[in-house]
Amino acid sequence: MPYTARYKGLLLLLFVLVILMALVNVSLGSVEIPLNDIFSILFTKEASQESWQYIILEYRLPKVFTAIFTGSGLAVSGLLMQTLFRNPLAGPYVLGLSSGASLGVAIVIMGASVFGVGTAALLLSKWSLVIASSLGSLLVLIAVLLASAKLRDTMAILIIGLMFASLTAAVVSVLAYFSPAAQLQQYIFWSFGSLGNLSWQEVSILAIFWFVGIVLAVFCVKNLNTLLLGENYARSLGVKISTNRFIIIIATSLLAGSITAFAGPIAFVGLAVPHLIRQVIPTNDHKILLPAVIFGGAILMLVCDIAAQLPGSEYTLPINAITSLIGAPVVIWLLIRKRKFIF
Amino acid sequence: MISANNLSIGYRNKSGDTCIASAINLEIDEGELVGLIGVNGVGKSTLLRSLSGVQPYLKGEVSILNKNLHKLSSEDLAKTISVVLTEQPISKNLSVSELIALGRQPYTNWIGSLSKEDRYKIQTAIELVNIEALKDKRCFELSDGQLQKVLIARALAQDTPFIILDEPTTHLDMYHQAYVLKLLKKLTTETNKSILFATHEINLALQLCDKIIIMENDKVIAGTPKELIEKNSFSNIFPSDLIYFDNESVSFKIRT
Repeated sequence: MPYTARYKGLLLLLFVLVILMALVNVSLGSVEIPLNDIFSILFTKEASQESWQYIILEYRLPKVFTAIFTGSGLAVSGLLMQTLFRNPLAGPYVLGLSSGASLGVAIVIMGASVFGVGTAALLLSKWSLVIASSLGSLLVLIAVLLASAKLRDTMAILIIGLMFASLTAAVVSVLAYFSPAAQLQQYIFWSFGSLGNLSWQEVSILAIFWFVGIVLAVFCVKNLNTLLLGENYARSLGVKISTNRFIIIIATSLLAGSITAFAGPIAFVGLAVPHLIRQVIPTNDHKILLPAVIFGGAILMLVCDIAAQLPGSEYTLPINAITSLIGAPVVIWLLIRKRKFIF
Repeated sequence: MISANNLSIGYRNKSGDTCIASAINLEIDEGELVGLIGVNGVGKSTLLRSLSGVQPYLKGEVSILNKNLHKLSSEDLAKTISVVLTEQPISKNLSVSELIALGRQPYTNWIGSLSKEDRYKIQTAIELVNIEALKDKRCFELSDGQLQKVLIARALAQDTPFIILDEPTTHLDMYHQAYVLKLLKKLTTETNKSILFATHEINLALQLCDKIIIMENDKVIAGTPKELIEKNSFSNIFPSDLIYFDNESVSFKIRT
């Protein structure tokens, strides 16, 4: 293939951009820290002010890693779903994972007051939200897997995922309707998504899920390419369709589920990054697409996080709004420029 | 090479089996070009799917290279039978060489990198089908006839002794129908592969095939074109109110 060398160059460029954006991200924030102090903190852990060291090492650095894991993980889930379902509108959440997570969180935040069980305040530690969100995703995942074991048709799984999403969304609306304003606000803040406030411990748990999910995705690369011919051709080439489908669903769930648990339901990145990458690197080979999407997702998330901090001000905008505000116009522009969209 | 013994094909449902055709006996030898003909809905595609191992059959036995079809692992099956289907590849964004390269999937390593041998087989397939000029095009840029050639090249790259094609001449004009079928004939003689294809182009099939399988509602007959003409087997394929088989010109004619 004649383009491979060029694609490898682009991959390298994307990787360099990830590093660059990560550095920019670390150096920006509400507190201004000189660049050489940042470098000395990062490489020798020494700084002229102790508070700076704390800000960089305990706040900004974990946030950078969260952004990298979240962006790349969601982008990979999006790619997996788009190829599995052969649908350009598929994203990490088509299986209803984020809706499951929302339901879990909604029950914890709003359910307590609605059902009058116990004191809500007790339940609202960071970890209880993470656990509730994971349990919610897990329940929906089990339901989808049970359904997919019964079904031969992959498209039906897509519809079932959508149905689970509407079901859980309906329950969340009912809960919201009866909730007091304070709880409702808290729930909405969770649904905005957030990359900050993760301790190193939490980041490392996220990293483990991310790593397992990515490794599974890497092992699917060959079969993902075969799926481009359609399931019948793939079967004739020796792909075990349902095993492969199972692994892809598990990888997506590990990635999207853990990310939603720690950072909230971050929209758009998973859907858009694969499309953005295909515009830059026009290939269907998942050997190239997968790493490109990993880097692309990380870059988009880091850039969005920089924008969310509104450089020079002390406000931080909800990351969920920023991803769409920045990403959507870029995707629209790229597609209009190309005019012809072939998926 | 491949043989079916007292084969019944159809679908398994909860409420019982739906049998589409039964008591099928046929044999295809090395290097033979075999056409499968029959009226719409008679079960040609089901037979092809059953023979290619994609769909389980109800009764009987299919053996390929003296091995039971259902005892082959999916990897071995992929190295024995390749298919060209009526459905088109889902991603038309694939380039021609990428699509043909996917035929090498059963042979490549865990991540699908092409070895020297893989590249050689891909190049051979491209040359056999004579599509060197299309190599760098993407599938959405191709005409139906070109795409069909590319899909045949993909099956060739899979390097199997047996190729099954489901209606490879659909959507093609008369010239390209002849082109594709002559290509199949050439492949059987040059590569000694066995090729089975379903078709509605009976006139072309009669001129090119070594053997023809006729599927009717209640039976399946196989033989050389000559034998079948002598037995007058073609007159029962279709209802006789509109067309008839003319033994002299060896083709179907419209009743006037």
